[in-house]
Amino acid sequence: MKELIKGNEALAEAAIIAGCRHYFGYPITPQNEITAYMAKRMPEVGGVFVQAESEVASINMVFGAAAAGVRVMTTTSSPGFSLMQEGVSYLAAAHLPCVLANIMRGGPGLGNIAGSQGDYFQAVKGGGHGDYRLIVLTPAYVQEMIDFTILAFDLADKYLIPVLILTDGIVGQMVEPAEFPKDYKPNFYDKSWALTGAKGRPKNVVRTLWLDDYGVENNNIKLQQKYARIKAEFVMYEEFMTEDAEVILVAYGTPARICKAITKKLRNEGYKVGTFRLQSAFPFPEYRLMELALEKHVKGFLVVEMSAGQMVEDVRLSVRDYKPVNFYGRMGGVLPEERKIIEYTLDMLKGKVEVN
Amino acid sequence: MELKLIFDKPKTMTDTKTHYCPGCGHGVLHRIVAEVIDELGIKDRVIGIAPVGCAVTAYDYWDIDMCEAAHGRVAAVATGLKRARPDAIVFGYQGDGDLAAIGLAETIHAANRGELITIIFVNNATYGMTGGQMAPTTLVGQVTKTSPKGRNPNNFEGYPLRVAEMIAMLEAPVYVERCMVTSTESVFNTKRAIKKAFTLQMQGKGYSFVEVLSGCPNEWHINPVEANRWIEEEMTKFFPLGVFKDKYPEIK
Ligand SMILES: Cc1ncc(C[n+]2csc(CCOP(=O)(O)OP(=O)(O)O)c2C)c(N)n1
Repeated sequence: MKELIKGNEALAEAAIIAGCRHYFGYPITPQNEITAYMAKRMPEVGGVFVQAESEVASINMVFGAAAAGVRVMTTTSSPGFSLMQEGVSYLAAAHLPCVLANIMRGGPGLGNIAGSQGDYFQAVKGGGHGDYRLIVLTPAYVQEMIDFTILAFDLADKYLIPVLILTDGIVGQMVEPAEFPKDYKPNFYDKSWALTGAKGRPKNVVRTLWLDDYGVENNNIKLQQKYARIKAEFVMYEEFMTEDAEVILVAYGTPARICKAITKKLRNEGYKVGTFRLQSAFPFPEYRLMELALEKHVKGFLVVEMSAGQMVEDVRLSVRDYKPVNFYGRMGGVLPEERKIIEYTLDMLKGKVEVN
Repeated sequence: MELKLIFDKPKTMTDTKTHYCPGCGHGVLHRIVAEVIDELGIKDRVIGIAPVGCAVTAYDYWDIDMCEAAHGRVAAVATGLKRARPDAIVFGYQGDGDLAAIGLAETIHAANRGELITIIFVNNATYGMTGGQMAPTTLVGQVTKTSPKGRNPNNFEGYPLRVAEMIAMLEAPVYVERCMVTSTESVFNTKRAIKKAFTLQMQGKGYSFVEVLSGCPNEWHINPVEANRWIEEEMTKFFPLGVFKDKYPEIK
C-alpha cells in the first residue's frame, strides 16, 4: 500500500529494510530528516546510530564499519560531502562496500539550502584523490529513493564499492506517495575479507598503501577492471516518449521531472519531444545516448541541469559530434524555468543548431 | 641434558623484519603489544588500526586482523569497527602527528563518547615518517626541520600538547597513563599499563588511553643511548609519567 512519505525519510527507512544497522552522520540541511530518522529508528531495530563530530569523522566511521563487513551508510549534503572526499577515496581504494547519499544544495561555499546539482563532477569524476569511481544512482521520485537505496546496498556488496545516492534537496524534501517492499531479502555476499578477529583463519588486512614498485598500480588495475565490469553489467535510465522524438531533453533528478512534464505538454501540442532521464550517472548511459544520436528522427539534445553545466559534458562525450547538444541550467538552488526550456526546445525543433 | 626454551617471539609477532631505525621505540612497543595480546589470549578477537606514520605497516609485524586509517582518522575508524564488532577488542596505534595534530578532533570525541576502544599513543616529539618535522609534542627549543631555530612559543609556534592530561580531563575515559620505553623497568611498566588498558576494554569498562614516550634517534640526530637519556631527562620534564585517570584501580 502506498503512503505519503518524505524523500529523505524514505531513503532512511529503505536503508533499514536493506539491512543497514550502522549509520554515522552529521547534521546538515537539506538532509537532516535522515539523521533524525536514524537517531530514532536505529535503536528500535537494534542498530547503531552515532552523531559524529564532523563529516570527516562520519565517513571514517563508515570506513571502520565497512571494514568489519556490515551494511553501513552515511548521508550528507554538499559541504559535508566535500569534507568526506578523503574518506571516499580511501573507501574506494580499499574496495569497501558502503552506501553514501549527497542530497545536494546550492554551492560553492556555504551556498544555500535549496536543492541544486552542482556536485555532479565531484560525484561522478571522483572528488577525492586518485583514479577511482563510485556507482552513482540519481533518484528523482520518492519511490526511487526507496528502490535505489535498497539497490545501492546490493550493488555495494556485489562489487565491493561505495555507492552514492546523488539527488537534489527538492527530491529529499518532497512528500509523495510511495511504497516500501514487503519481502526484501539480500543475496548472500562473501565477506570473508572482513575484519572480525582472525579466528580459525589467517589474518585479514584492509589497506590502501603499498610501498613496493607495483603494489599501487596493481590495485589500480583491479579497480579499473572492476569499473569495466560494472559498466558492462549495469546502467539505469528512463526513456519517456523518445521513440520518434526530434528533440530529446536530457536530465536527472528534479529537472528531469520538469522535462517530462514539458514533454507531455509539447506532445499534446503536436511537437515530437522526448525526455531521457539518467537513473545512474556512473555508469553513464553512453551507448544508449549514442544510439539515439544516430537515429534519423533525432535532431538534437537539450540538457537541463541545476548547475552551470556538468552532466552535459558526459552527454557531449557520448553523442560526440553526431548531433547538437545544447545546455540550459540555473545555479545556486534556482529551478530551470519551464518557459525557457520550451523556448529552446521549439528553436531546436525549427532546426536551430545553437540555442541559449 | 634437557634444553628449556625460556625466551621466544610472541605468537602475535610475525617473522617479518621490521623497518624501524635502531633505537626507535616502535619495535619495542610492537613487542609489548604482541606479548599483551598473547597473554590475554585475544589474538583471534583483536582488531588493530595502523596510523599514517612510521607504524603504518604494523600489520606486517602483528599476526592479527588489521586496518589502515587515513592520516589522523584512527579513532573514527576504531569507532566504526567497534560499533560493528562489539565482541572484538579494538585498538588504535598512533604517532603524535597522527593523533595530536591532524586527528585531534577524532581523538577527543571518541574519548569523550567513551568508545570501548584502546588507544596507544606513541609520542616521539617529531614526525618520523616525513623526515623529522615539528610535531604538536615537539619540546620548546627542540630543533626540527620545520622549527630550524628550535620550537619558539614567542614565534607563535606554541607549546607541546599534553594529550594524556587533555584526555584525562574528560568524563568518559576510564584509564589514562603516560609511560616510556627506555629501560627494562619502564618497558615492564608500559606492558602493565597496556595490559590493563586492554583488560578494561575486555571487561566493557570504557575508553582507555596509554601514551608512550618513545625514541626517534634518527630524527633527533643523536644515538639511541642518548635518545633514551633525552627522554628520561628532557621529555619527562614536560611530559610527566604516571596515571592521570583510573576509575578502576582494583583492576590490574
Ligand atoms: C592527509 C595527509 N597529510 C599529510 C600526510 C603526510 N604524513 C605522513 S606521516 C605524517 C606524520 C607522521 O608523524 P607521527 O604521527 O608523529 O608518526 P611517526 O612517523 O613519528 O611515528 C605525515 C604528516 C599524509 N599521509 N596524509
